[in-house]
Amino acid sequence: MRRDTKRTGVFTRRALLLMGGQVALLGGLGARLYQVQVAEAARYRMLSDKNSVSARMIAAPRGRILDRFGTVVGGNRINWSAVLIAEETDNVEATLEAFGQVVPLDDHEKARIIREVHRHRSFIPVLVKDFLDWDQMARIEVNAPDLPGVAVDAGTTRVYPFGEQLAHIVGYVAPPTEADVAADPLLALPGIRIGRAGVEKYHDLALRGHAGVVQLEVNAVGRVIRELDHQEGTPGETIGLTIDAELQHSVIGHLGNESASAVVLDCTNGEVLAMATNPSFDPSLFNSGVPQAQWQEWIADERRPLLNKATEGVYAPGSTFKMAVAMAALEAKSLTPTDRIVCNGYIDVGNARFHCWRKGGHGSLDLHGGLKNSCDVFFYETARRTGIDRIAAMAHRFGLGTKLDLDLPNQRAGLIPTREWRRAQGHPWEIGDTIVSGIGQGYIQVTPLQLATYVARVASGRAIQPHLTRALGGEMQPDADLLDWPLMDVTDKWLALVRSGMFAVVNEPGGTAPAARLPDPRWQLAGKTGSAQVMRVSRAERENTNFNSANLPWKLRPHALFVAFAPYDAPRYAVSVVVEHGNAGADVAAPIARDIMMDALTRDPANRTPPTPQQVAEKSQ
Amino acid sequence: MMDRRLWRETSFGVAGKLLQVNWLYVLMLCALAGVGYVALYSAGGGSPEPYAERHVMRFAVGLLLMIGVAMVDIRFIQRLAWPAYIVCFALLLVVARYGHVGKGAQRWIEVGGLQVQPSEMMKIALVLVLASWFHRASWERIGNPLFLIPPLLVVLLPVGLILKEPNLGTALITAMLGGIIFFAAGVRWWKFLLVTVPVPLIAQFAFARLHGYQRARIETFLHPESDPLGAGYNIIQSKIALGSGGMWGKGFLQGTQGQLDFLPEKQTDFIFALIGEQFGLIGGLAVMGLLALIILGGMLIALRCRHQFGRLVAVGISANLFLYVFVNIAMVMGVIPVGGVPLPLVSHGGSAMITVMLGFGVLMSVHVYRDVEFSAVGDRF
Repeated sequence: MRRDTKRTGVFTRRALLLMGGQVALLGGLGARLYQVQVAEAARYRMLSDKNSVSARMIAAPRGRILDRFGTVVGGNRINWSAVLIAEETDNVEATLEAFGQVVPLDDHEKARIIREVHRHRSFIPVLVKDFLDWDQMARIEVNAPDLPGVAVDAGTTRVYPFGEQLAHIVGYVAPPTEADVAADPLLALPGIRIGRAGVEKYHDLALRGHAGVVQLEVNAVGRVIRELDHQEGTPGETIGLTIDAELQHSVIGHLGNESASAVVLDCTNGEVLAMATNPSFDPSLFNSGVPQAQWQEWIADERRPLLNKATEGVYAPGSTFKMAVAMAALEAKSLTPTDRIVCNGYIDVGNARFHCWRKGGHGSLDLHGGLKNSCDVFFYETARRTGIDRIAAMAHRFGLGTKLDLDLPNQRAGLIPTREWRRAQGHPWEIGDTIVSGIGQGYIQVTPLQLATYVARVASGRAIQPHLTRALGGEMQPDADLLDWPLMDVTDKWLALVRSGMFAVVNEPGGTAPAARLPDPRWQLAGKTGSAQVMRVSRAERENTNFNSANLPWKLRPHALFVAFAPYDAPRYAVSVVVEHGNAGADVAAPIARDIMMDALTRDPANRTPPTPQQVAEKSQ
Repeated sequence: MMDRRLWRETSFGVAGKLLQVNWLYVLMLCALAGVGYVALYSAGGGSPEPYAERHVMRFAVGLLLMIGVAMVDIRFIQRLAWPAYIVCFALLLVVARYGHVGKGAQRWIEVGGLQVQPSEMMKIALVLVLASWFHRASWERIGNPLFLIPPLLVVLLPVGLILKEPNLGTALITAMLGGIIFFAAGVRWWKFLLVTVPVPLIAQFAFARLHGYQRARIETFLHPESDPLGAGYNIIQSKIALGSGGMWGKGFLQGTQGQLDFLPEKQTDFIFALIGEQFGLIGGLAVMGLLALIILGGMLIALRCRHQFGRLVAVGISANLFLYVFVNIAMVMGVIPVGGVPLPLVSHGGSAMITVMLGFGVLMSVHVYRDVEFSAVGDRF
């Protein structure tokens, strides 16, 4: 009993001690619970929201690109695609097999799908087939019971109704590269495309719009439980171009099969009404990746279909350069309107002899005659008197050899050489370099767009800049009026003299381009031919009476050029045409320019009231 | 003997025994199981399937088992102590040899379609055996170190087997359970010091020999943010669930952490976080208060018992419950490493429920037979 009492006493003491310990420890846990649930609650609540709310971006519809009359030239189309949700089928391979019976799938595609199914969680749809047509859609719907897990999904894809015809202006879109995504994570959105060329690239940010946000409640593995909030994105801005798509269409028709380029400008404000390049490419191919074979074909083609020849192709301007030489000489007073120069068919400068295109020579000519006959000797001598630096300065003022303010990426400046430039190259400037520059050969390189701008400036006397954007997001862009543009700062008399020379080229007897005369008596066209050699003609060849550059291999024939404006009395349209290796400007380029000008004058897009940007915006809704 | 005479021999029928059952205590257990139902209803995504309904059915079975065991004479239970221990030990050996591997450990075996986790049964058997041993021990004998060697082995052998499963958490709980009974039986303070002082050294040695996942648990416990998607994920998500619940909680079925599956093992180990998220600090403290009442109620049963065996058994079962609760809640709050210990009567799990109710049955038997004459057989030693 004594023992038990002792034992019981100790037990009671220790049991109470244990109870105290238990209460203390549980109390400690309670205090910790208070700390977590009340003191630090805000932090954990934030973490909890971050856990369960997932913000997903939804790509905004890309803005549309319209021509000046509101015709869609770059738009969106619903793209029906079949997707596979792996968790809804017991056997992915069997489903794909069944799908292959309905819409053909090659083994390569099947392998890709199975790879992607394994890579993603089973509730994430995997693309099976893109760009389904109605027939394929119908067959998938009818066979739906045999295709567990297959669903048809509507996305958008870029569509270019004018395809090849406007490819170099409108450009194209392509999936973003990894570098793009690293710079802007928004680009990781499925289906997003970014502008890679043309207007699509130049106005890419405006066209993209702003992505919408969907707040989703997701569980721990990312499955969407419900939508908490849905904010539609802002669709991309609508871009209204200055281009007249129908005129563009007819210009392309006039270029025929030539490897050529043509530009139609509104002389009074620089609006680019048409800018065609032949051959072209299908811009929609870039949407989902250009097939390797197609790409190789484009790269290998000596006619360079991917090149926008109007802005990136550089050519010696040939005789079309002579107006610039003339104005430089007139301004420098190294030539007066009445000065006469005798052409004997050649001129000797130093040890070298430079030939006129006409073997026997033109005899005595003044400036008007020099332009009308495109006499080379006249301009050799004029250039010699004037000097290259003055010629270059004048050419630059007219936009030649400079980067224009055109709203397109990838423009080449070309080159008008100067003594300074040649020195920088490590060579002295030779007098012979000046002589050949007088007829637009030698180092001179210009683009067809520069030629059109040059002619437009000659015709209007204003320093217009070519531009393509007429309206952006419903806002009319400035510079649509002649008076918006500064005067050329070239005496009107000189401009008028040059214009009348160009008139004579086409309309006076003995002019070099009678073929460019307009068939409609209401309008008169003033123009200038040009043939730019791409190889040096040797003395032996020159003296061989049978020599004809038309018999040379295509690659070695001279380029044919023609620049023009019309109507002569009230200039409105400026046109430049460059036919690569077209041989002679007068025979090949002039008729094309005439037909283009005829269409421009007949359609008269500049005087047809285009819809206001608001009307265009409404039309695009 | 003198003490025998003092002890009132009570002989009573089934009705009398039922009257003796502490029904208030049973009511508290029912309330706790009710908390479990609510929590599991929510863990099932707002549906009695698949957890809550089965939970209640198991509790009903367990309740019957408990009442049944409570009717059994505590002296008879004492006689079953050693056989139960031997059976449990054998089962632990079987587990070590043939057990099913679950989450990297062999913990349970199947007996007639029922999953049995012998380590849980062993804890009750251990309590019975130790209580039985010290029941016979006089105060002087307890002072004798040699007398303590057999019970020490009784504790360490199963602990070793459980460690080998490997189940560090249960092994430690079992060892501490043994220690608490030693303490309640009156083993001298300094002897505990003798055993616990070398523990840090042993721990260091043991840490080097721990399995990778156990080491990872301890390491991520110390720095959970260092591995937010790996082993630290559970602790972080559980703390987020609790913390975002705040004072009043997000409301029933409104817990995003639980409903959206961020919370791992929410129906078992982390059910307390689920409760805390939905019912806040108030709800969490209420559940903890209920658990504390049940634990302290067990201790009161021990204090009211007139025989040493019953006292030690009641202390052991309450202590076991306390250890479960403490380890589970501390783990959910990130106070101690994750240990795979469920919250009794709240967490989903059949075999644990039956074992726990069996323990409560023994506890209730102690209560019903608190005044019986129970000779300290050990006097004959």
